[in-house]
Amino acid sequence: MTQDEHKEGFKGMANPSRYGIERVAYWLMRLSGLGLLAYFIGHIYETSNILRGRVGWNEFLELTQTTEGHIVLAIVIAMCVFHTVNGIRVMLGHGGVGVGKPARPDYPYDPASQNYRHKIGIYSAIILAAIAMMYGLAVMFGE
Amino acid sequence: MAQVSDVADNQYSRTKTLRIARYNPEKDSEKQFMEFSVPVEKWTTVLETILNVKQHQDHSVGVRYSCRQATCGSCGMIINGKPRLACFTKVSELDSDVVTVEPMNNFPIIRDLAVKFERLFDTHHKIKPYLDRDDTELESDAKEFLQSPEELEQYIQFANCIKCGLCNSACPTMATDSSFVGPQALAQAYRYVADSRDKGKDSRLKIIDESHGIWRCHFAGSCSQVCPKGVDPAMGIQLLRGYMLGFKS
Ligand code: HEM
Ligand code: SF4
Ligand code: FES
Repeated sequence: MTQDEHKEGFKGMANPSRYGIERVAYWLMRLSGLGLLAYFIGHIYETSNILRGRVGWNEFLELTQTTEGHIVLAIVIAMCVFHTVNGIRVMLGHGGVGVGKPARPDYPYDPASQNYRHKIGIYSAIILAAIAMMYGLAVMFGE
Repeated sequence: MAQVSDVADNQYSRTKTLRIARYNPEKDSEKQFMEFSVPVEKWTTVLETILNVKQHQDHSVGVRYSCRQATCGSCGMIINGKPRLACFTKVSELDSDVVTVEPMNNFPIIRDLAVKFERLFDTHHKIKPYLDRDDTELESDAKEFLQSPEELEQYIQFANCIKCGLCNSACPTMATDSSFVGPQALAQAYRYVADSRDKGKDSRLKIIDESHGIWRCHFAGSCSQVCPKGVDPAMGIQLLRGYMLGFKS
């Protein structure tokens, strides 16, 4: 019998509440990545409607002109902006940029890698995503 | 004298509820919580409350500890939802009337709060946690391997690791990936790669450059937030990855 590894599992992985804004960013990054992937697939399907000619194309585009369509597009805008800005931060971090320098640790051992540079990156990604989403909503509902 | 009156003035003294997760994989189908009332002073640690229960209320509680001073790395557990050392966490700092203790996640449970460390020790050994070179300091005509204070600074932080496993318990990749090397071992890989005396970089990097190796880290940073020794595994991992990608020397 294989022993139970007592892994925290999907629920623990996806719980953004315990380890600061960095873990929230991790969670939003995954969510927005998957959301964009879903949108991308939908987008290919949507644009393939051109094969049905002008009428088919216009018919399908109507979908995006509804309230639900506007809201979905606004969420896509937010995901896109967050994923891109935070993605640049994550890539820099993965390359060892802005993660602090090794030093003799002192109590209370605040980890240098969880520093203000990366926090500013995360908050900027969230704020820019919110602004872009609101702008998108204003344009779409302001017609 | 001032110290004596401080103790006399101690207004903190109170009783708190300690909830202990009980589970014996050989008998029980699931974890169950048992509640105990424990006396607490301002300086009482969570480990002391557990030992109090063992001494006065229920001797059968399974817990592992040794040094009681954040040095041996034995007493890691989930305390009020987060991985912490029981001997290094004061009840007063938790700011809660109820203290809940559970076994660490991502480690198989032996019983109650005690978990198996085989996987952590395996991954730790896997990255070759020793200076890798052909000569030795013990050879009669060889000199000791000199190192400047600056060279020491490059890795000494990572040498603070006590193998408590809190980082592996907090890591979101460990939560779902049974084969991930984990933040503890990856930080140790960096500790040796950054050591000017080491000559085994290439073989060590090959070990972690695999599908469940360093590339599974998403820099969520949870490991560093729970590390009780300031190791900051997330920093070590990103610096190591930067080195492997050619961004850092
Ligand atoms: C300029 C644009 C983009 C940048 C800079 C970017 C960057 C990144 C980075 C750095 C990651 C890894 C995150 C991590 O290690 O946790 C990632 C993950 C991901 N990205 Fe993007 N990305 C971009 C656009 C897109 C687009 C357009 C899509 C969808 C079609 C997408 C889908 C995903 C998915 C599915 C993941 C995996 C999520 C995960 O497992 O955590 N990305 N992206
Ligand atoms: S890196 Fe920190 S949390 Fe992880 S095992 Fe070492 S001392 Fe414990
Ligand atoms: S008992 Fe040794 S680290 Fe807590």
